[in-house]
This record gives sequence, structure tokens and C-alpha cells, in this order.
Amino acid sequence: MLERTAPRNVLGKTLVELGEDNPDIMVLDADFCTASKTVAFKDRFPERFIQVGIAEQNMMGIAAGLSTVGFTCFASTLCVFCSRRACDQVTVSIALPRLNVKILALYAGIFVGKNGASHQALEDIAIMRSIANMVVVQPADAQETQQVVRFAAQYDGPMYIRIGRDPRPSMVPHDYKFQLGKAVTLKEGKDITLISYGDMVEDTLNAALSLEEKGIHARVINMSSIKPIDEEAIIKAAEETGKIVTVDNHNIFGGLGSAVAEVVCEKMPVKVRRMGVRDVFGKSGTNEEMQKRFGLRAEDIEKEVMSLLEN
Amino acid sequence: MSKKNADVKKLEEIAHRTRINVVKMIAKSGTGHLGGSMSIAEILAVLYFHELRIDPKNPEWEDRDRFVLSKGHACPALYATFAEVGYISKDILLTVHQTDSPLQMHPERGVCPGIEMSTGPLGQGLSTAVGMAIGARVKGKDFRVYALLGDGECNEGQIWEAAMSASKYKLDNLVATIDYNKFALSEATEKVMPLEPLYDKWTAFGWHVIEVNGHSVTQLINVYDEAKQIKGKPTMIIAHTVKGRNVSYVEDTWQSHSVSMTSEQVENTLTELGCSKEEIKTTLAQMKEKK
Repeated sequence: MLERTAPRNVLGKTLVELGEDNPDIMVLDADFCTASKTVAFKDRFPERFIQVGIAEQNMMGIAAGLSTVGFTCFASTLCVFCSRRACDQVTVSIALPRLNVKILALYAGIFVGKNGASHQALEDIAIMRSIANMVVVQPADAQETQQVVRFAAQYDGPMYIRIGRDPRPSMVPHDYKFQLGKAVTLKEGKDITLISYGDMVEDTLNAALSLEEKGIHARVINMSSIKPIDEEAIIKAAEETGKIVTVDNHNIFGGLGSAVAEVVCEKMPVKVRRMGVRDVFGKSGTNEEMQKRFGLRAEDIEKEVMSLLEN
Repeated sequence: MSKKNADVKKLEEIAHRTRINVVKMIAKSGTGHLGGSMSIAEILAVLYFHELRIDPKNPEWEDRDRFVLSKGHACPALYATFAEVGYISKDILLTVHQTDSPLQMHPERGVCPGIEMSTGPLGQGLSTAVGMAIGARVKGKDFRVYALLGDGECNEGQIWEAAMSASKYKLDNLVATIDYNKFALSEATEKVMPLEPLYDKWTAFGWHVIEVNGHSVTQLINVYDEAKQIKGKPTMIIAHTVKGRNVSYVEDTWQSHSVSMTSEQVENTLTELGCSKEEIKTTLAQMKEKK
């Protein structure tokens, strides 16, 4: 594997590059810019960086207002505050009028340092997925993060972009180009399909590589575009492999697993197993401790695949 | 009559017609936020016919002043004012609250010309106005931004988040007005959640604060003129008003907040507002039409 980079570490640099080319890019922050790394934009373009303080609801409203004047706004803080705290502002001030606000949501799912239950984002995908006009994306690595943020600057409308906190290896192909609503197949296979996104792609792929050694050919799909979702890739996987395991960094209710199951049930019914946090709150702990606690390590994924294949 | 007196009279007449239209709209719809619409008729008339730099023929003009109705539920008065401005045709006023009408029960940006921001859930509009005011400055534009808040709306924490940010960014291109009609949905605002001392609170948050009789066109013209002279801070106009103004059966009570009016109540109210018997007959007939 290549060197590991945290998706958040490319955020500041990418925003600065966009800001150099486009005077209408603005970045908003709720006292998190040193952790989210958007501080680089603040240093380069102080007049286009709005610090609202610890007031996420106000941040979303200000971003909405700015966008009506012609700015493309990137509003950023932790996933939990973007989604749970500012849910109504995102819905009515941003999504309803379909304004050009990109929410950069940091600290995705269970990977939040040791911050514990209150800071773990297990609901945000479900919340954002159910808001009309909203797009939901989580890139798998630094390269895809750059692509998604660049895409966001061109896309006209609201987006919820979940950004991983911790270093991940390069997952997407070298010449990869992000397309909204388009999944990328990281590994071909005919026996079963594993679908994941963001931080979980690494261990999902590792599980598939280990299975390969045992003669099980698992397809691996990176579903970075969670909404709109790539229905075609899901239907094809159901048709060709007959079984699907989804791996969520989120509550199993309302996350990627739900989204995949919705497509499968309607279009091509096959067995789907949803891995993820099974409707409980988290705890303080390292990433490794959390993955073990919730059964989301590569070996757990492998076990789930074996159990599904045996039944 | 001097020009100034003639202007005042014209604005008072617009506010009066707005009230009549609000009653007709709510009568036809069968429901609506009467009290908070009747209390802002003069404020809207002064804003749209004295204060705002707008082009009635081009609601999208990029250098226009912006207005955000943060207390979105009072939009019947805004729609009636828009019909006076020419943003919308008077003919569509009675489609208010219908599914396919641009006149939704809470205003929606992109659905009705002139609506700058979708509002309804209280507390959200002022933040968006702050964003527009910051945006004007970053773009080097000289347009000004106006927001109209409810008094009960100031219970919302987001209002004070927005208040702090407007002060931090020294937004002297932002003027907010509170429709201080003293009643929320369920009872008096002072009982629901005390707001006083409201003047001191906004002053403490770094705003230039002016108190005014919100039904006096002359006073309103003067305070909006004063706000233009203030530099380095946003202005808050606390407009003392009467909820349900000129609807005697519910005036100055919380019961005027959201109403369904009977034919008798419509007839009496329109009579009090000086409508002709013919006009009232038409409205009563429209009430009976299929919704």
C-alpha cells in the first residue's frame, strides 16, 4: 500500500487552490478550522473566511445568505453538529431553496479520536439522506477527497460531504475521476459483493483480499456517492453475485446499508447483510477499539461473508 | 399638502389596502396568520415604498436591497405588499396557501418573486440576512439588507447567535426590525418567555437600537433614515405594534395569531376597514367557493 494520508489533511490545500481560481468561494467555520484544516483558507483569504464561533445553526444560515448573493460556500464543522445540531437550518435555509452550500462534515462515524458517544456520528447519513435536494458523499481517501471537493465547487446545489479524520491508504485508481451517483469497483468478483464508503473501504478491501486467498472472489464497490446512489452498480452486483454485504461507519438504520437494501428490494431482491453500528451509542476509545467493539474489522467482515455464503 | 405629507398619506393607504387584502386572503384560504400580518402593514409599506432600493419590474436585480421576513408566517401581509409593488399580480392573492400557488403558507425562495429566503421555522431568517450583508461587503456592493423579526422569535437562541455575528462583522448595511406586538401563539410574550429589557439586550449585543411606534409611518420613515447614518454597527428597530391591528374582535390578543374567520367575522372586519357592501359581498361569495 502507498503512504497513508488523512482525507482532512488535503482539505485546506484543495480549498485554497479553488479560492485562487474562483473569487466566489467562501469558507465558514464554527471554531474547528485547526482540526478540519480549513485554517489554510483563513490564512490565505481572511476576507473570505467567516468565523461564526461555536454557533453551527448560525453558520448554516449565514452560508445560505451568502450563497444567495452568488458565493459558493463551504461550511464546516463536526458531522454531529452539521447534522444533528443544525438539522432544521440545513433543511429550511439551505435544502428547501436548493442553495449553493457545501457542508464539509468532519469526524465521520466512529472515528472521532477518543471523543466518545456524543461526538460519534451515527445518524448523520440517515438525516441528510432524507432531506430532499441534498446530496451525500463520503470519499474513501485523500485523492478522492480532493476530487469531491473540486466537484463540489462546480456543482450547483447543496451537498453533505463527510470527511474522514484519520490516515487512509490510497484506495481509488490513479486516474480516477469522481462522478456523482457513480460507484467505483475496486475489485472484481463473482461470488459476493461488498459495498462500503469512506473510512471502511480499507478494511472492506482487506477482507476481500483475504477471502481471495481462500478461493472466494468478492467484488468490492466504493459507494462514495451515497445519495444519489449508483442503482445500476447495485442491481448488477445483485444479478451477477447474488449476495451483498454492506459495511457502514454509521448506525445500520438509515446508512448505506439501508440505501442499498432499498434498491435491492425494489429492483433485484437478493440477500443483503448490513454491517455497521447496530443501533447503540458508542464509547470513548481508539479507532481499533471501536472497530472491534462494533465488529467492523476486516476479520469481522470476512466472517460475515463466510456466514452469508454458508447459509 | 406638502410632498412629505402626501407620501405619508400614500404609505398609510398602502398599509390599509394591505390589511384589507390580508383579511380577504385569510377569508378565502380558510386559515392564516392574521395577527402578525396586521401588525406589520405599515412597516412593510415604509420598507417597500420608501426605504428599499428595488426595481419592481426586476425582482432579481443584483444590486437590489434585500428583505428577509424572518417571521415567515406573516407572509400574507408581504404578499399583499408585493401586489402593491408589482412583484406579483393582485389577481393571484386569493390563491394564497393553495398547493400550486407561489403564495405558500410560509414563504419560499424561488417559488414567489421577491422572496429572498425561505423562512417559517422561527429564528433562521436573521442569520441569512447576516450572510447577505457580509456578501454585499465582500463583493463590494452597496446594497443594504433588511430583516423583520417577531418578538416571540427572539426566544430562539439562533437570533442571538446572529446578533453576535452581525456585531462582530460591524454590519452597518444591515437593519433589522422587531414587530413587537407583545403576543406569541399561546399568550403574551412576557409570559411565554420574558424578553425585557429588550432595548438593553440588543444594545449589549452591540447594535444601534431605536424604539418606534410601528404603526406611525412618519416615525418609521425617520428611523430608517437614521439607520443609514449609523456606521460600524447594525441597527435594530424595535417597533411597538398591536397584534391583529384593526380587527376589533381579536385586536391586541393572542387569539389573533392564527385564525379561521367566520363569514360574520369577515363581514364585520371588512366593514370596519371601510370596504363597500359590494366588495364584502364578493369576498363572502369567494369564501363559499370550492377551496
